[in-house]
Parts: sequence; structure tokens; C-alpha cells
Amino acid sequence: MSSATTAKAEAAASASRRNGSGDSQDYEPNMVLATRHFDVVGTRPVRHDGTDKVTGRAIYGADLTLPDSLHGAVLRSPHAHARIRSIDTSKAEAMDGVHAVVTADDLPPAEDKQVDVGEGMTRLAYVHGNILANGKVLYQGHAIVAVAARNAHIAQEAARAIEVDYELLPSSMTAPEAMAPEAEVLHEDLFTKEFGEETARPSNIAEHFRWTLGDVGDGFGRSSVVAERTFDTATVHQGYIEPHNVTALWNHDGRLHIWCSTQGAFVVRDVTAKVLEIPVSNIKVTPLEIGGGFGGKIPVYLEPVAALLSRKTGRPVKMVMTREDVFIGTGPTAGSHVRVKVGASADGQLQALEASLAYEAGAYPGSYVAPGGMCIFAPYDCANVSVDCYDVVVNKPSCAAYRAPGAPQAAFAAEQVIDEVAERLGIDPVEFRLQNCSKEGTRRVDGPKFRRIGCEEVLRAVQDHPHWSAPLGGQNRGRGVAVGFWFNVGLESSCTLNVNTDGTVHLVEGSTDIGGTRTSIAMQAAEVLGISAEEILPEVVDTDSVGFTSVTGGSRTTFATGWAAHDAAQKIVAEMRSRAGKLWGVGPEAVEHEKGVYSCNGKSIGFRELAAKASRTGGPVSATATVKPRGVGGSFSADIVDVEVDLETGKVDILRFTAVQDVGKAVHPSYVEGQMQGGSVQGIGWALNEEYFMGDDGTMRNSSLLDYRMPTVLDLPMIDTCIVEVANPGHPFGVRGVGEANIIPPPAAIANAIRRAAGVRLQRLPMSPPAVWAAVDKARGMAA
Amino acid sequence: MHWIDYLRPRTLDECLDAFAEHGEAARALAGGTDLLVQMREGRRSNAVVIDVKAVEECNQLSYDDSEGLTLGAAVPCYRIYGDEAVRRHYPGLIDSVSMIGGTQIQGRASVGGNLCNASPSADAVPALIALRATCLIASSEGWRNVPVEDFCTGPGQTVLRPSEVLLALLLPPPEPGSGACYLRFIPRNEMDIAVAGAGVSVRLSGGRFADARVALAAVAPTPLLVREAGEVLKGRPVDRNALGLAGEAARAAARPISDMRGTAEYRSNLCAVLTRRALETAVQRAGGDLG
Ligand SMILES: Cc1cc2nc3c(=O)[nH]c(=O)nc-3n(C[C@H](O)[C@H](O)[C@H](O)COP(=O)(O)OP(=O)(O)OC[C@H]3O[C@@H](n4cnc5c(N)ncnc54)[C@H](O)[C@@H]3O)c2cc1C
Repeated sequence: MSSATTAKAEAAASASRRNGSGDSQDYEPNMVLATRHFDVVGTRPVRHDGTDKVTGRAIYGADLTLPDSLHGAVLRSPHAHARIRSIDTSKAEAMDGVHAVVTADDLPPAEDKQVDVGEGMTRLAYVHGNILANGKVLYQGHAIVAVAARNAHIAQEAARAIEVDYELLPSSMTAPEAMAPEAEVLHEDLFTKEFGEETARPSNIAEHFRWTLGDVGDGFGRSSVVAERTFDTATVHQGYIEPHNVTALWNHDGRLHIWCSTQGAFVVRDVTAKVLEIPVSNIKVTPLEIGGGFGGKIPVYLEPVAALLSRKTGRPVKMVMTREDVFIGTGPTAGSHVRVKVGASADGQLQALEASLAYEAGAYPGSYVAPGGMCIFAPYDCANVSVDCYDVVVNKPSCAAYRAPGAPQAAFAAEQVIDEVAERLGIDPVEFRLQNCSKEGTRRVDGPKFRRIGCEEVLRAVQDHPHWSAPLGGQNRGRGVAVGFWFNVGLESSCTLNVNTDGTVHLVEGSTDIGGTRTSIAMQAAEVLGISAEEILPEVVDTDSVGFTSVTGGSRTTFATGWAAHDAAQKIVAEMRSRAGKLWGVGPEAVEHEKGVYSCNGKSIGFRELAAKASRTGGPVSATATVKPRGVGGSFSADIVDVEVDLETGKVDILRFTAVQDVGKAVHPSYVEGQMQGGSVQGIGWALNEEYFMGDDGTMRNSSLLDYRMPTVLDLPMIDTCIVEVANPGHPFGVRGVGEANIIPPPAAIANAIRRAAGVRLQRLPMSPPAVWAAVDKARGMAA
Repeated sequence: MHWIDYLRPRTLDECLDAFAEHGEAARALAGGTDLLVQMREGRRSNAVVIDVKAVEECNQLSYDDSEGLTLGAAVPCYRIYGDEAVRRHYPGLIDSVSMIGGTQIQGRASVGGNLCNASPSADAVPALIALRATCLIASSEGWRNVPVEDFCTGPGQTVLRPSEVLLALLLPPPEPGSGACYLRFIPRNEMDIAVAGAGVSVRLSGGRFADARVALAAVAPTPLLVREAGEVLKGRPVDRNALGLAGEAARAAARPISDMRGTAEYRSNLCAVLTRRALETAVQRAGGDLG
């Protein structure tokens, strides 16, 4: 224990030396293929929202209380699965201070149509059903009734006074349970879609599909080593620090104004419009600062409910979830059951890869099993691949995205079996991965061919990193490695630039800023305009004030909204050339622009001076650009991790951790490092202790931050980062996106390290002390 | 809405009168780090809260070589580990008060509250039992003294009657050649509830155990004094074999449950491991040598 702690302190100290964190040493990307020189992109300006955030001035949803507000509370199901026989709200309604009560009956009936919920489509009926339970509750925490009252205490008391008569039903907590023929069906109208075809079978399997390349039977036949294992992962929550919140005001003119914490103000607007059957133009959504989301602040939970309560009362209604509400009523990400089989020939060539993934969608279809299947073998170039995916509904909260949704579960399985094959072949695990890695032109099992990618560069960076060859020392220690892939998304973004007469530029955008994106977007505009990042003043605005912008998610914001800023800035440059031309009596084509200086025939004028002459040269200078980019570049990441296992208690100490990621171009290296560290930490939590601990009755036993064990700072070493830049040819600055790929390898890398430290392979997450101890104890019993 | 009366008596008499008057409806408030959390979660709803922090008798912290330590029931952890005499004479108690919660919690949380909350996992209690502490209890009717190991009667249950208040804990002065230690196991490195804990004390004489006590946390409905573990050590030479036997006695005495914090089997194993490891430290502190 004490030696582990010292080793950790040393590793942290050396990591912070290398990282230069805290001092002025600039970043040295380990491997750079993006060789273009930039003036702003790649530097570390202070973030525009920094002062507000560190002084506590930034306004979050819970800070906002409009005059005359009522406060809402939600009654949630105490049962995992039950039919609602009746709801009696009379006692609550009779209470002093209670102003309104709403149930599913207050929602307009859901039409049978699909709705875009941010990163994909789903049935409107499912969105409805999750917002307020209709006829049946499908998980503990399912919202049933909402109350608006004079204050939050009365609202909560009123919610408790509502009487619901339940007929309990058997529940299924995991995919294998829910897939069993005797399992109670959650949705009578859910028919399995098999290989793209609707069947007539109502079941909990919403969908089953398969992707194949070549012939795995052939491949396994040619293999001299074949390994196969089955893995399970527990449900985990995104764990953002700020609970969901909303204030809604349904005005007397029929306009609905919503203030909330969301990753996508336009998603809130559009989904609320569909659910309430009102035009999108009647809704204005103002996103407030957001205290984390990680994918979990894409779904809409409270907004339509607060809107209904506001419509009934004519007053603003504010609702703020408790931590328990967040655990049982929002998120989480899918628990999984994954089988992986890998075959390789004696020379270390992968011959066949096979996987079957069954993911828990929670109460409604949509488990992110598809991205799991797309990513599971993406790092490997193999001719014979087969991947089966099952999307399974279970009696847990409906899944939300969580940072590379679906991929960490897949990697936990695949990267362990890959490791095992390398071990059995006697090949170094990084060498083995390099020998088989995906490159430009490799075809992924789900169809696309990779364009320029950085899988090989990431693995080489692992090999070259001093961590990989550092001595481990000590007893019961092991080093593990794993790799992960995330494809990233593009979607749609808008940006407007307004040039001020003092030479600054207001940047108006609609991407809520979760990880410093105001700055990374502003920097791209600054680069084009040839001015400093500080001279751009970015602002995230409401849905009435900027063009449509998709969610902050899919690692797309710096990539896509940054691209919109780039395009808008190019329009400004074009306009400024024409303004300079006017000054000098020449056409815009005669004016040259370089780094913010406009010149023609020996005359020149800087951006600031030219901005001051806007009125004399034709009026305000402003430009808007919208994008729907295609050139999305996927990101590979890898971790090196050293652990020490206490064989007597099963406790795993992380001694040293290095995260490597190809980000294309690190626009703001500090935020890139922050994303890599954040994703790694969440991956470590997922690996070691986090889980929804469910009782036999299907209720969550640890819905508090005390017992849902996310890592604290004392549980973590310094997370060393190694930025790899293989420019994405599809983006003006080579950006790929950085927010997600980093959460994928940690659980697998830690499992591989435990295997080397303690001689056991953990096939279930979390690898908590009791689980590790039981595995070690079992192995000892077998050895004895 | 639910209303609460808050009383803050300034003297012991006022305090005892208040408890006598309100009886079952009242609940004592020390640091509030258990009580306020429970009230907020709706697990307790007492109509009257009596703050004992202004009562002098609950705030004393004094050490005397012949009397030992008088530890007022409301003294917060930071005062205890900030006290030179306690640090010198009761390192086993320091182990536990410096691990309860974190710095902020230790600014408020008291050992009296830790004990009266009667959680099986309370970290200060096994250390108190190992150190032979007793509870000084008062009511308007009179005073009584109860050994800490007899104080808790079940989860959240104690021998306190509705009109009674815990005034202080009394710890005898450490004898020469003695040492103590408290160790707990938590999956994280802070902010967690003991999956199991072991508080031990030893007295060594001539290379043998003259006396020993072992108490466990979180493996029974109450903190558990394992007399067998002490008995097995008495008279034995100080060596690792003896520690292992005590560990096995602790394992055998544990009556754990399986829950989200660990399985029963795992907790029993922890009892053996923690007892052995805590004894190693206690022996070192007593100036012993395990070879
Ligand atoms: C974040 C956090 C972390 C924590 N970590 C730990 C931990 O690591 N280990 C641990 O053991 N505990 C932990 N706790 C629980 C708690 O802090 C401790 O049990 C603490 O010692 C309680 O002391 P208190 O003074 O705050 O008690 P209070 O909350 O004031 O009281 C606790 C109970 O004792 C009763 N009581 C208090 N004083 C008296 C008295 N004089 N006479 C009669 N009854 C009395 C109260 O009525 C109440 O029922 C933690 C709590 C929090 C919030």
C-alpha cells in the first residue's frame, strides 16, 4: 500500500514534469504530421468564459429564478415494472400552495412517427412514454406525475401525497435476462426487427443485425491460436456534476420560453415542439451554462413537463432534479453482454474476428449497440469479420449517449481477447496491434473504407513513449495497453461574426460550451482573420438568435462549429478586402490579405483600422456561415496503464497512466489534454468501481454519490497525455475531434494490466475489490 | 410543510431539562453530519432538534496521566487530532478521527455523534472499544457509565433513553508497552463507508502479548468486540503467526451481510486481513518487533 502510494506520487511528479502542467512550457506533440504553421490554432489562450466560471458568476439553471416562479417536483415509480391501475392526485391538488398537477393524460397523444432526438431517430411514442409514464412504468424512477407549487418543499410533499395503484410485473435487468423466451415483455407493440425486416414477434429484442466481411469460418480454420471469451459490463451513469434543471414560461401569447442545461438547445426546441404539438417557431430555448453532460444532457426529460405546468398556471415553472432523480431518472449508458472470438496465424496475422454484442437499451429501444459494433474491431485490418448486434430493452432508465456511446463496452471485450492472443503467440501486445492495425484504405466491418487515419501513429507513439519501457518495480504490478476508435460526427452548425468598430469581433454560435469550445471555435475565426483569440468575443445564444446548430456531442463542436466560424471568417476577409479596396479606389481582387493586414500597391491597413472605417466604407461588417460537413475524421486513442493489485483485498491502485490520442489538430492543446484526461478518468471509474447496484426487486441501491463510486482525486495518478496529430484532410485545420475516443481504452487497458499483475482476467465491469479478490481467490483455489 | 424547533441550551441543566421535556420528539444535534443528511433524505423527522454544541460538558477535551482522556461528545475531529496529548497517547483514535469524511466533515463531525448514530460501519467506534472507552451518559434523573461495546444495540439503536444525552467518552490512560491502531477498507481512497474495519490495541511485555483487544466495524448489526481474538493473543510470543491466528478469530466472529459494498464472504476475508495488518502497526507502536 505505502510503496504503491510512493510510486504513484513519483509517477505523478514525473508526469507533471513531462506535461509541463502549471508551468509555461508549451506542448510538444509526440507525433506531428500536421505540419502547417498557424498563429492562433495550436496556442493556449485563456478561455473566454474563464473569469465567470472561476468567480462563480456564470449562470447555471439552478441559479435562475424568474419573478413569480412556481416550483415543480416529479413523482417517480418506486417499482421496476408495473401496470398503473389508477392515479389519484386529489390529495395533492387539495394541498395549500399546490397550483397544478400533470400526468401523461395532459400530453397530446403521440402520433406514430419518428423524431430526431439529437444524434439519431426514435419513435415519438417512446419519447412521450419516457417523459411521463403512460399506463405502465418501465423502471424505478420513471416519471409519472408532476406538481407545481409555491415552493419546492410543498411540491415534493404534494408529489408524495399522490396515490398510484400498481400491478407489479416481473422485471428484467440485463440483456440476457430480457432476451430469455420467458421474460416479461416491456412493450406489447415492440416487434423484433431482424436483419432489417420487421417480424411479428413482440419481444424485448428491439433489433438484431449483423455486419460481415469475408468468411470468419475460413479465417478461424487458418488460425493457429483462437481465443474466445464472454464479457459483461454494468450500467454506469455519465455522472455530470450539475443535475438537470429547467425553467419554462408559456406566455399568454402562446410563445414558450425554456431556459435549461442542455447539450443541444435546438434539440430541446424541436423535441418539445413534437411532444407538445406546437410549431418550433413558438419555442425559444435559452441554454444556460452547463455543468457537464457527456451525452446525458441530450435527451429531453423535464422541459415539456415544466411547459405543461406553466401553461396550466400561467406562471414560470422551475424544476431542478436531485442527485437521486439524476441516477434513477436520466442517463445512464448501456450495460452489455459481449462475446468475442479472435483467431490469428502463428506469424501473428489476424485471420478472423467475431463478436456478438447485446446491449441494454433501458426502457426504450436505442442502446448504442450499433456504434459498439462499428468500433469493436475498427483498429484492426482483417479480411474476415462478423459482428452481431442486439438492441435489448430492460427495466432500467432509458439509455443516453455517454462519450463514445457503446464503444468502451466493446473495447473492454475485444481488447482483452486481442491481448490474450498476442500473449499466447508470444508477441509483444503493441507489436501485435501494429502488425494488424487499420490504415488508409482498410475497410470497416460496417462498410466504410478509412481515409487517412492515425491508428498506426498512435501505436507507434505508445511504443516510443518512455512509459512503455519504464521499469515497473514492486510486487503484484502489471502494465496494460489497449486501443480504441471513435468515428466522430459532423451534423450541422451555424455561426455569425459581427465586426465591431474597435476591431473586435462578436462571434455568435449555438453550441453549448462544455469543454472550452467558445475558445476553440473563436480561435479558428481568429486564425482566418489574422487577429488574436482575445479579439474574438464568442457568445452562445438562444435558438431565436442563431441558425440551427446540432448538439454539442459526437466530438463535433470544434470540428463543425469551428468550421462554420472558419467559413464566416473567410466571408469577413472577402468583405474587408472590398472595404479596403473602396478606400483606395480599387476592386477587392486587387487587395491582398495576410495575417490581418490588407494591402495593395504598397499601401496597407490593419484589421482594426479598417474595422473603424466600416461606416465610411459601406456600413456594418457581418457574415454568417452554416455547414453540414462531410469530411469527418475518426480518432484513435490508446492507453498505457500500470497497476498494483493488493491480492488480499482485491484493491487495484493505478500507479501510472498515459493517454495517447490522434486529435488531427489540437486547436487549444490545454483543452485537448483536459478532454484526454477527463475521458481517461471516467474510463477508470467505469473500470474499477462505478455501477448501478440493483436489488433483487430491480431498484437501484446506490443512487447517491457516496455509494456510486466515481473516482476522487486521491484515486488517480496524474494522467499523462500524448497528443498525436495526423491531420484530418477533411477539415480546414485538420481537426478530428477529441471528446470521446479517450474513454474507450481505459477499462480494457486496466484489465490487461490486472491480468499481468495478478494473473487473472476480469470478464465483468466493474473490476471492484470484491470482484478482483474473488477472481484471485478462485485462481488460487484452482492452483492449490 | 414540515417545521422543526431548534433549541440551543447553554448549560447542562438547560440541556437535560430540554431532553426531559421533549423526550421521543427530540433528537440531539452535534456536528449534524449524520443527522442533517438523514433529515434531508427524509429518514428522520424529529420535531425538536437540541443542539448540544453550546454545552460545556460536551466540549471538553482534557488529558491527565492518571485519569486518562475526557473527550466531550460534541468535540469535532479536527480538535482531537490537533491536540498534542491525544496524538501522543491515543494514535489509534487519531487513525479513525482523521479518516472520517474529509477536511470539511472533520471540522464538524464528533466522536459522540459517530457513536450515537450507531451505524455498524462507524469508524471511531472500534478504536474506542479497543481503547476500553466508556460512555458518560446523563439525564435529569442522574448519570451512568456504559462501556462503548455495550452502547449500540442495533443499526441506529443505542442504550440511550429518550431523556438521556451522551456527555463524554472516558478513555483510560495508556499503559506502558501498549499500542493501538484502526484500519478500514474502502474501495476508494477517501469519501467512503467502511466495507469492514478493525480497531485493535495491544500491550506487550517481555516479547509476549500481555493483553489485546480487537473490535470490528461493518460486519455485524453493531460494532463488534471480538474477545476471542484478544484471548488468542494473550501470552503468545509477538510474531506473525500470532497475528494470523487473531485474524482468523476475527474472521470467525464476523457476521457480515452481502450488499452493494461487498459480499459477506469478502467482508469476512477483510476482517482477517485488516485485523492482522492493524495488529502489525499496533505492535510497532507498542515498540514491539515482529522480526
Ligand atoms: C460526506 C460525509 C462523509 C462521512 N464519512 C464518514 C466516515 O468516513 N466514517 C464515518 O464513520 N462516518 C462518516 N460520516 C458520518 C458522520 O460524519 C460521522 O458519523 C460523524 O462522526 C457524526 O458526528 P456528528 O457530530 O456530525 O453527529 P450528528 O449528525 O450531529 O449526530 C449523529 C447522531 O447522533 C446523535 N447524537 C449526537 N450527539 C449526541 C449526544 N451528545 N447525545 C445523544 N445523541 C447524540 C444525533 O441525534 C444523531 O442521531 C460521513 C458523513 C458525511 C456527510
